[in-house]
Amino acid sequence: MAVTGVVLAGFIVGHLLGNLQIFIGRDTFNGYAEGLKKLHVLLWGTRAALLVSVALHIWSTIQLAARRSSARPVAYQKYTAQTSSYASRTMYMSGPIVAAFIVYHLLHFTIGVGGTPYDAGDPYGNVVAGFKVIPVALAYVIAMGLLCLHLRHGLASFLQTLGVNHPAYTPKIKLAASLIAGLIFLGFSSIPVAVMAGVVS
Amino acid sequence: MRLVFHIWRQATASAPGKMVRYESANMNPDMSMLEALDVLNEELITQGTEPVVFEHDCREGICGSCGFMINGIAHGPLARTTVCQLTLRHFKDGEELYLEPWRASAFPVLKDLMVDRASFDRIIAAGGYCSVPAGSPQDANALLIPKPEADRAMDAAACIGCGACVAACPNASASLFTGAKITHLGLMPQGQPEREIRALRMVRQMNGEGFGHCGNIGECEAVCPKGISIEVIARMNRDFAGASITERPKSGAAEDGA
Repeated sequence: MAVTGVVLAGFIVGHLLGNLQIFIGRDTFNGYAEGLKKLHVLLWGTRAALLVSVALHIWSTIQLAARRSSARPVAYQKYTAQTSSYASRTMYMSGPIVAAFIVYHLLHFTIGVGGTPYDAGDPYGNVVAGFKVIPVALAYVIAMGLLCLHLRHGLASFLQTLGVNHPAYTPKIKLAASLIAGLIFLGFSSIPVAVMAGVVS
Repeated sequence: MRLVFHIWRQATASAPGKMVRYESANMNPDMSMLEALDVLNEELITQGTEPVVFEHDCREGICGSCGFMINGIAHGPLARTTVCQLTLRHFKDGEELYLEPWRASAFPVLKDLMVDRASFDRIIAAGGYCSVPAGSPQDANALLIPKPEADRAMDAAACIGCGACVAACPNASASLFTGAKITHLGLMPQGQPEREIRALRMVRQMNGEGFGHCGNIGECEAVCPKGISIEVIARMNRDFAGASITERPKSGAAEDGA
């Protein structure tokens, strides 16, 4: 869970940095997309690693959920959470929704069957056309909010799973996780917001 | 002082249970929660009703016998306190209290608020000890232990095995309990020879008992009456991972490890 999560989080950072080039201009962004497609080995190697990570991440989730329900077959009539974060308690909800979003996102911008105008040779135009549809843009922002929540608990706690917890570092790790998750949300959301505001057109 | 109790009543381990409402005006703010149940039970006996079964022993917060959920919080709303040390002055007159047993398949309900925590005993029996030669003792200062390590080991050893960590965990994981013992012994020189085999055996026993898996949520440390930190779980993960990677295939003479 922790290891595959880190791989996926690493991809998200790379993906964000690549996408933010949309603010430089149409040619840079399209050139970047074109360049990626030419790096066949890297592109398909990354895709294969991501696919394996996603599969293992989901498989771990299924195992954890199965153990969770068999470990507590009778629910409490009343349960009051004490200190745990909202993000940590909703991982089972934010995860599947983000997974569903990723499927939609691939259909939308990679395969081009998302229902908005699509031209395989003009990713910049696809993004602008896609986010001009307000419900689509809002769906992306909401999905990024859930991804941010999911990452907040994931980044804050993967080192705990891997055996690292230290009074000097753990509070800083948690703070860094919140900051990184927040920046990822702001970064990704800035694109649909910029398109809706007409900054990117 | 008047209190309204909604208490889980279950006649036997296999019988279905349900929440039953009781009311008592004979409560005193200076009573502990267990004394409140004693008073309620006196009233129930007078009325010809079966008294509420709950586990208790020392009533000093150190034996680990007592414990149940009060309004969805293991050991109730006061931090670092077992139910025997929780006094009624922390509740309002007329307040409604929902009392439920620990919920985990590894802690089957025996009756009412009492659960069977023998799974904890089996986790300890799997490796929560140091095998020592029972000969004459060595000189006390032959084995030096730095004070900070001794203190951290003591913090982990403070676990009373009450089961609140499992009860509060949304996954019903016993990681805080198991990690506390692995940390306690793993910080002491006496615990080093069996450190790896201990981590392997205790974690495997914990999983075999049907507890859930840790999700790093941290509810356990919030309700732990001894304030044990989830740092012990990280240490358990570290010891278990290391021991799993370096574990050798079993061969005749080395059979059974330590």
